[in-house]
Amino acid sequence: MKSTRIKKKRQGRWLDRLLTAHGIAGYLFLYLPIVILVIFSFNTSKYAGAWRGFTLDWYKTLFANRSIGAALKNSLIVAGGSTLIATIFGTLAALAMERYDFRGKLAFDSVLYLPIIIPDIAMAVMLLLFFILAHLQLGLTTIVISHIAFNISFVAVVVRARLAFFDVTLEEAARDLYADEWQTFRRVTLPLIMPGILGGALLAFTLSIDDFVITFFTAGPGSTTLPLRIYSMVKLGVTPEINALSSMMLLFSMALVFLSIMLQKGGGSGIEIV
Amino acid sequence: MLPRSRRETTRLLFLISPSLFWLTLFFVLPLLLVFAISFGQRGTYGGVRWNLTLENYGRFLDPLYLRIFGRTIVIALTTTLICLLAGYPLAYFIATRPARWRNSLLLLLMIPFWTNFLIRTYAWLLILRDHGLINTLWTGVLHNFMLWAAAAVPLPLWDPLVSATASPLPLFGSNLAIIIGLVYGWLPDMVLPCYAAIERFDFSLVEAAQDLYANRRKTFLRVILPLTMPGIVAGSILVFIPSLGAYVTPDLLGGAKSVMIGNVIYSQFMSARDYPFGSAISLVLMAVMLIGTLLYFRLGTENEVN
Amino acid sequence: MSEYAVELNKITKHFGPVVAVDGISIFIHDGEFFSLLGPSGCGKTTTLRLIAGFELPTAGQVFIGGQLQGDTPPYRRPVNTVFQNYALFPHMSIYQNVAFGLEMKKTPKQETRPRVLDALEMVQLPGMEKRKPNQLSGGQQQRVALARALINRPKVLLLDEPLGALDLKLRQAMQLELKALQHRVGITFVYVTHDQEEALTMSDRIAVMSEGRVLQLGSPEEIYDRPANRFVADFIGETNFLGGTIRTSGPDEWVVMVDGVLPVHLPAGEGLRVDESVTVAIRPEKISIHVEPPDSRAVPGVVAEVVYTGTDTRYLVRLTERTMVTVRQQNIGVGPAVRFPAGVQVHLHWRPESARLLTA
Repeated sequence: MKSTRIKKKRQGRWLDRLLTAHGIAGYLFLYLPIVILVIFSFNTSKYAGAWRGFTLDWYKTLFANRSIGAALKNSLIVAGGSTLIATIFGTLAALAMERYDFRGKLAFDSVLYLPIIIPDIAMAVMLLLFFILAHLQLGLTTIVISHIAFNISFVAVVVRARLAFFDVTLEEAARDLYADEWQTFRRVTLPLIMPGILGGALLAFTLSIDDFVITFFTAGPGSTTLPLRIYSMVKLGVTPEINALSSMMLLFSMALVFLSIMLQKGGGSGIEIV
Repeated sequence: MLPRSRRETTRLLFLISPSLFWLTLFFVLPLLLVFAISFGQRGTYGGVRWNLTLENYGRFLDPLYLRIFGRTIVIALTTTLICLLAGYPLAYFIATRPARWRNSLLLLLMIPFWTNFLIRTYAWLLILRDHGLINTLWTGVLHNFMLWAAAAVPLPLWDPLVSATASPLPLFGSNLAIIIGLVYGWLPDMVLPCYAAIERFDFSLVEAAQDLYANRRKTFLRVILPLTMPGIVAGSILVFIPSLGAYVTPDLLGGAKSVMIGNVIYSQFMSARDYPFGSAISLVLMAVMLIGTLLYFRLGTENEVN
Repeated sequence: MSEYAVELNKITKHFGPVVAVDGISIFIHDGEFFSLLGPSGCGKTTTLRLIAGFELPTAGQVFIGGQLQGDTPPYRRPVNTVFQNYALFPHMSIYQNVAFGLEMKKTPKQETRPRVLDALEMVQLPGMEKRKPNQLSGGQQQRVALARALINRPKVLLLDEPLGALDLKLRQAMQLELKALQHRVGITFVYVTHDQEEALTMSDRIAVMSEGRVLQLGSPEEIYDRPANRFVADFIGETNFLGGTIRTSGPDEWVVMVDGVLPVHLPAGEGLRVDESVTVAIRPEKISIHVEPPDSRAVPGVVAEVVYTGTDTRYLVRLTERTMVTVRQQNIGVGPAVRFPAGVQVHLHWRPESARLLTA
């Protein structure tokens, strides 16, 4: 955006103030619920109504809660496994789409993008039916399978965006200097698209950890992930333990955001919004 | 198609096979399965009786389901509209700040978005329910204030206010709660595309318009708005589609009377075990979304959309 | 038959319906500085890429050092390329960039290091090894690209408009440097450019290309003084074109009637007959301008415009209703040298061999 100054008339200044007020209000709206969560996680009272006193009890209960620990472990296993596989598959697919033309490319492109457009619940339903009719036992495996299914697309999108900016003459230069296809990929292409791959992996990890609907439908007994645990806790009744858990997860999200910034700084200039 | 050596063909196959295999088996196949099942019937013990009937689709004509579908669409449209009215100015605000602030502002925008959706919806539960934040203030502080005011200044106008603040506001379990939850969840999805479009906008055009006697309102309507339309279209689609298929938000924040299509699908699969009917509903939902997305591509292909 | 450094035999390249290169045959000698010159889209870059192996010909053969290349990939050909945008690897240091080719050929470290430092010396960039490409200026990056290619001692060095991104003064300096470098190193250079002055300055031979074909191949003097056709005459330098028909065709001298009214005398040509349409081509600097006709062959005209360009004065002289010519006079004297103001009747003269007869 060019930094041209628009003549500020009296009317203009009023409008600008209104805009700024709206901006501030917007951010307040976005943060208010979260702030309330965090504040009341320290509240002695069970109800998010009145402040009764500062306490760390809920955090203590949280860390002592074994079922949450187990759910967290499951979430990490699922996220770790699905991210790893989805990143590899998705990166390979992105390379294929950006570098080659082939018959059926359009069809493959559609199949690759569909999981992104399709609503969670439709995908959850599809997968559940598939597992039931294939007589597959619902459990961690089915969750991982489902997560990989949608994460491939997200990774592919992110890596493709990165590849689009890639200077192909660099690969030609490498081949001109006696590097064969594999060496060119390993020494030139891969290092330069790595920020994109990591960005895609991070996105996939976040989506997997956060996922509720698809996981809900494809999970079996004993394969509870963190979002599923939270859901059952909320359904049972409000406990401030959930507030404490929420604050912890908020902290975790912020850490991930900072991590992604570090990655972006390494690869390009400034922050790119994924 | 360009000629390709054997070597290249092998490489291409290597690149697409994993994702092709996975997506065909765990996406295309399930999709076809849903399509096939939607023409079947519920078996006696919840299984599937394979058939070729349209009765599942016919059930949509039942006023019960039509009402739910209607409500879902209305909620989704309202959410989109609110997101637009709130999100576009917010995006405009961010885009017109000095460059060094913009990245931080965008970051601040994203942090709530990166928090778990369940948690964010739960937070609104805390705020909106009968013993939640708003109502505690309403029946507590505000009610007490009304009582005090009525005692201090005896006027009949206090009476309705006193009785109103005696009981909690029925926020929770209403369509309103769902809309608030959805707006909260998807607002960033509207702000980001609008921001991208506004940021790319050449503000010297505004000066040109003003040089040609256009006041601020006209400049906005005739210059800024049309040129940032791709962002608006993109944002609207990104909000409308998930809102249409919402499940968690109506489940946590809505009541029995605010059921959306997502909840119907859930109950068909989890309680009623009527897989064919549930499949039919999912397909109709997907069809509606597909039409929406196609509309977006048609509207968005004139301009470059990111 | 002696081995040519590069031989292209009826090379054709199609991109779908587009014919980029149309049956070209070129022989490039060992140690030659050979240029492919032409406007954008003429196929010169595609030809270069066919030699390098980035494209495979639709028809025809590419020979390097007498060896048929067939579908050999670039990393197995004894050629190296200097790219238009330099294509330096941004994530590697200058040292790693220059050493890359040697590393791919598994050259031992002890041999690599001195060769890299030597190569950087040769392009006058000593001490830059540890820097990254984005820390260098355009001119410096270009020299690194050169070093990175030359260090591999290729049979042929291919250069794709390497000086395009540099400013004028730097470009001119680099042209001379490249020429000197080529002499020193003795490698065959194949150079692609759209700048005819650049080609004329540096090349031993030039192939002028247009629409996938070679219109003329020869030394700079040949191309300039004896353009084979209208396109070459027009593309290289400036030319005046006079259209007319052959009036008389004597054994020593021919007369062409320009626009039906103006007789122009030329040395005898061949293969053409009376009444055939021809174009006479003369370069502006070959024409001298006089008040009185110096001999019977001088052509009369009226000065229409005078343009002062510092080094020269250019006169636009109207010869007939339809034909104007440009005359260039070097400003040898100092001060307002406008000897022929607009409107004055003058006579133009040139040496017979300066005029070329081209079929229309």
